[in-house]
Amino acid sequence: MDVAIRARGVSKWFGAGELRTAAVRSVDFEATFGEMLFIVGPSGSGKTTLLSMLSGVLRPDAGSVELESRDIWQLEANALADFRLRRIGFVFQDYHLFPRLTTAENVAVPLILQHQPWPQALAVARACLDVVGLAPRAEMPSVKLSGGEQQRVAIARAIVSQPDFLILDEPTASLDGDTGRHIIEFVKQQILNAHRCILIVTHDTRILEFADRVLHMEDGRLTSVEEHRPS
Amino acid sequence: MPGSLRIAYKLLVNDRGKFAALLIGISFAVLLMVMITSLFAGMMARASATIINTGARIWVMDRAVNTVSNSVPLPDFVLNAVRGIPGVRYAVPFYSGGGLVRLANGDYQAVTVIGLDDTSLIGRPRLTAGRIEDIYADDGFIVVADAEYAKLGSPTLGTQFEINDHRAVIVGIGQVASGGLFGTPTLYTTYSRATQDLPSTRFSMSYVLVEPRSESDIKAIKQRVDALGYRAMTEQDFITSTANFYEYRTGVGTNILLMTAVSFVIGLSISGQTFYAFILENLEKFGALKAIGARSSTLVGMILFQAAFTGLTGYGLGVGLCSVLIALAKLRLPDYAATVTFGNLGLAFVMVLVITAVASYLGVRRVIRVEPFDIFRT
Repeated sequence: MDVAIRARGVSKWFGAGELRTAAVRSVDFEATFGEMLFIVGPSGSGKTTLLSMLSGVLRPDAGSVELESRDIWQLEANALADFRLRRIGFVFQDYHLFPRLTTAENVAVPLILQHQPWPQALAVARACLDVVGLAPRAEMPSVKLSGGEQQRVAIARAIVSQPDFLILDEPTASLDGDTGRHIIEFVKQQILNAHRCILIVTHDTRILEFADRVLHMEDGRLTSVEEHRPS
Repeated sequence: MPGSLRIAYKLLVNDRGKFAALLIGISFAVLLMVMITSLFAGMMARASATIINTGARIWVMDRAVNTVSNSVPLPDFVLNAVRGIPGVRYAVPFYSGGGLVRLANGDYQAVTVIGLDDTSLIGRPRLTAGRIEDIYADDGFIVVADAEYAKLGSPTLGTQFEINDHRAVIVGIGQVASGGLFGTPTLYTTYSRATQDLPSTRFSMSYVLVEPRSESDIKAIKQRVDALGYRAMTEQDFITSTANFYEYRTGVGTNILLMTAVSFVIGLSISGQTFYAFILENLEKFGALKAIGARSSTLVGMILFQAAFTGLTGYGLGVGLCSVLIALAKLRLPDYAATVTFGNLGLAFVMVLVITAVASYLGVRRVIRVEPFDIFRT
């Protein structure tokens, strides 16, 4: 399979002088398209920092991150922003939906930022809402949806641009156990495909069964890699 | 409209509470600013009413004159001297003074009396009743039907009363462009009757009204009048001079300036604070947009659009509300002195621009500084 993500010696420190702390220490790994990869570890282990660097949000202090063989941190700021907008889908822990916009408008935001015409963007957004089973809620304010529904709206927003990479940060943290499992099962069955790589940071051990591989982190280091898929 | 601005618009107007607070703040500030400056403009127009209504191109006066209503009587030789200046097409005497009318019911009422040149009647009002030539009839006076008209008992043609113990008969009812500032009715008569019936000092001529042969003669006329020891001003110069006197030498201008500044500060504080709170409330969402891939310039554009839309809407509402209030006030108080001018509107617009610029600057600073990585840490 094609390599989707290649991280080499990725490191990040926060603070300065005596307070300087390593958040991520020389992490190396590769992920392929068609793979759903989980990053797990205790709080403060550096998994969210690693995720941010892999997704072009936080610049590493050392090492390189290649997405589809392109070193994203060599890109100029606007080019990197455009890359994120078109090639990476984000699902944030608190969803970060706009409560004053309708569900469809929230989903359409990445397309609108890509300057797609409003009606066209909304049509694609409604189609994505149909994929996540929320087509009937398209014109509702997102604030009126349940937690599970908001999570699915966030997923619809993340896939509306047909990105190659999907980044989910603690996707089940605000959901009850069953809803969380259903969401991840849905992502695995409906969103993951052979041309897409999905990275999930989580504390939730109940959903690890859906992972193809699990990266364990501790004190900023990658301590082990657990294979779940059949070889 | 670009999609990002449409999102910005929806984020703004769908947050009804904050949007309403923003509009109220800016509209109230604009209302105060326009109302105060309109009152001043209205007062200044009324202070210059005699100049505007007379329509003379050049006014010759004593150098001590500050406003048209405080004339210093000129000796008769000034009229002859001005008539002898090259470039003067004609020059006529003009009287402006006060009188005391005793009404039929025995009440007294102060009036403004305008004495027009007997020969030409230059500066006469437009008549809505009566004939202008009747002004030459015995004791003939024309009354102006303005907001103060009722104070003379709304006289009709033939109405008689006493003015400074002389008989007066209304022979015409006229209209003028602007009412006076001091709330007194205005009567027009001939120059000779005005100077004869009303008590005067040794000299009786208030002004000399001059018509130049051409625009280019005005400068030379002014210089020649100056050489005589008097002052010549164009109509606009005299209006400006009158306004400047009230503005800078009576405290009125300072009060207007203070009130305008207070309304500006009120608008700035309410709108600035509310808009900043609005940005803070959406700060995480802006951070999320950054993480998704929105450029900072896109987010700045959204904030500036929100600020501009709010400012312009509030400006329109404020101006509209002010106009309605002035119209209502004029229905109840016919001599209510307030005039909305382009200058007032321009001043208020500039202040709204400053308010929105300051408010959006605070928001833009926060949004530019927000790190998308912070969204992952919340």
